[in-house]
Amino acid sequence: MAARRAERLVNLVICLLSTRQFLTAERIRDAVPGYEASDGSKATDEAFKRMFERDKAELRDLGIPLETGRNSHFDAEDGYRITRRDYELPAIEFDAAEAAAVGLAARLWQSATLGEPARAALMKLRAAGTDVQEAGSPGAVPVLDASDPSLPTLLEAARLARPVTFDYVKARSETAELRTIEPWGVLSWRKRWYVAGLDRDRGEPRSFRLSRISGPVKFIGGPAAFERPEKVDLLEMVAGTRNDEGRIARIKVSGPAATLRRLAQTEDDGVLSISFAETNWLARQVASAGSHAQVLEPDDLRDAVLTKLRAATGASVGEGE
Amino acid sequence: MSGNEERLPRLLALVPYLQARPGIRVAEAAADFNISEAQLRRDLQLLWMCGLPGHGPGDLIDLNFDGETISVIFDAGMSRPLRLTGEEALALAVALRTLAETPGLADSDAVYRALAKVETAAGGEVDDGTVTVALDTTERLVPVLSRALQEGRALQLRYFTAARDETSERTVDPLRVFVIDGHSYLEAWCRSAEGVRTFRVDRIENVELLDEPASPPDGLQLRDLAEGVYQPAAEHLLAVLRVSAAYAWVADYYPPEEVVELPDGALQVSLRVSEPTWVRSLVLGSGGQVEVLSPGWLGESIRSDASRAIAAYAGK
Repeated sequence: MAARRAERLVNLVICLLSTRQFLTAERIRDAVPGYEASDGSKATDEAFKRMFERDKAELRDLGIPLETGRNSHFDAEDGYRITRRDYELPAIEFDAAEAAAVGLAARLWQSATLGEPARAALMKLRAAGTDVQEAGSPGAVPVLDASDPSLPTLLEAARLARPVTFDYVKARSETAELRTIEPWGVLSWRKRWYVAGLDRDRGEPRSFRLSRISGPVKFIGGPAAFERPEKVDLLEMVAGTRNDEGRIARIKVSGPAATLRRLAQTEDDGVLSISFAETNWLARQVASAGSHAQVLEPDDLRDAVLTKLRAATGASVGEGE
Repeated sequence: MSGNEERLPRLLALVPYLQARPGIRVAEAAADFNISEAQLRRDLQLLWMCGLPGHGPGDLIDLNFDGETISVIFDAGMSRPLRLTGEEALALAVALRTLAETPGLADSDAVYRALAKVETAAGGEVDDGTVTVALDTTERLVPVLSRALQEGRALQLRYFTAARDETSERTVDPLRVFVIDGHSYLEAWCRSAEGVRTFRVDRIENVELLDEPASPPDGLQLRDLAEGVYQPAAEHLLAVLRVSAAYAWVADYYPPEEVVELPDGALQVSLRVSEPTWVRSLVLGSGGQVEVLSPGWLGESIRSDASRAIAAYAGK
């Protein structure tokens, strides 16, 4: 940014912060150095208008709350001001441990998409008086890569509830398909980014890998064009760690039986509750524990376990799974 | 980092920054903004020209340069930084939440306190849940294991030993972290076993970085990993198994001593196992697809355990 433009914009911010009244564009033109004074010609007026429009856009891009309004009914045109309360970062103080955590957190982002906003946030926190150190922290931190080109748009879409379209190439397919989704959120899992939400054409929740999106992501509505369901488990949508149609087994265990205990959602007095979808898979886990595990319910799981155990006694060797 | 588009936000942050630190050294301020001292001086020159409407001597931002230090005399109303944008608060909040899930890097109470403060300062603009960073066990734990190695500190582990179907607590002195076939491992001196043990990181259920220094015995030989993670030892039990074609993977799981193909397509696999429990679980879960041919006592004990398990159902 040219020094003159930067100087003008700083003066504009100071001017609009210092007023309680809405100032018209003409008043601002007089008050802020750097805007060319009116000489009555249309050309200079037009040039000022364009410059002022650009400056307003620039301030809004930075998140400066530029208000538009009139002081009274008699005003012929809109004026501008910045309300101090909306502009200023509220009081925020960190103790040494908190400041260390913030400094370390900002280092997690390895690429610009989220790294730059994180660093910009640090700058503001420092300006508020916090001493946030970026250096001097342990060397190994989990690295969050965020270099997918579509990530910034999808982040914004999810944050502001704006539906989007994009071309998507499915796994083991070569042709891209146009998808229309209401993005509920983005997720990083095992070094890959995903977007999950309602697939409008399919009418079902789906997730998509960002690396398989080809071409740009386009907004087709919003903000607030849809409502995000209250309980969304993005990891579940992407990794399918739990199954919606899962049933619950109750299994009594003794001894270590660590494999079954690791699968359990709850354990109550030696009785595990395990949600499962595939009976045969869980039967294998239960039978593997031998006399350390006993199925209380459901019956079909108990029968599957008994079949395996009987085979292991040598009663009916070779029974298939 | 002194890109043009970053100059305006920096200029707006500079005055409150300096005001909070009267007499700060130029070098320190430049480092905090990640710019050169020359750039900082240019920024200050520019701010000197800015001020309240009227722009008389009493209206302009006034800074005091005292040799190498700076103080603010008049701030022209720029007393606080601009509030965080939604994107900035989000980037910081997601990183803090990720940090909170990574043990051993920061005091997690402090992380949550900082997160709460950032969210308050953002005025509720941080939309919880639209961005999630989910770390798997390995991603969560490798940083703290590396830190233990770097700082030479002992670790307390809760570890799931699949072959014994049990979970145990132990104190270890870390030796190295390595990756083979896509799995991360910690090799460490295990104080309770009094030997070098290899732990698969995704089977570590909990880890605590201890204050006490790691003190593995002197002269330990690290294992040669060229032969793979599991290395059969002569003192391990030699088991001979009959496995059906569907369980042929057993022959690849531990390096076998011998594999013989039987007339019906099944395999006879001889291998050395450190834990008989591994064989027991394999046979019991296989539904007759895996049988113990030798040693006889092992086959017998598995059959009787299966019978006991069946009897328990009958007695219900």
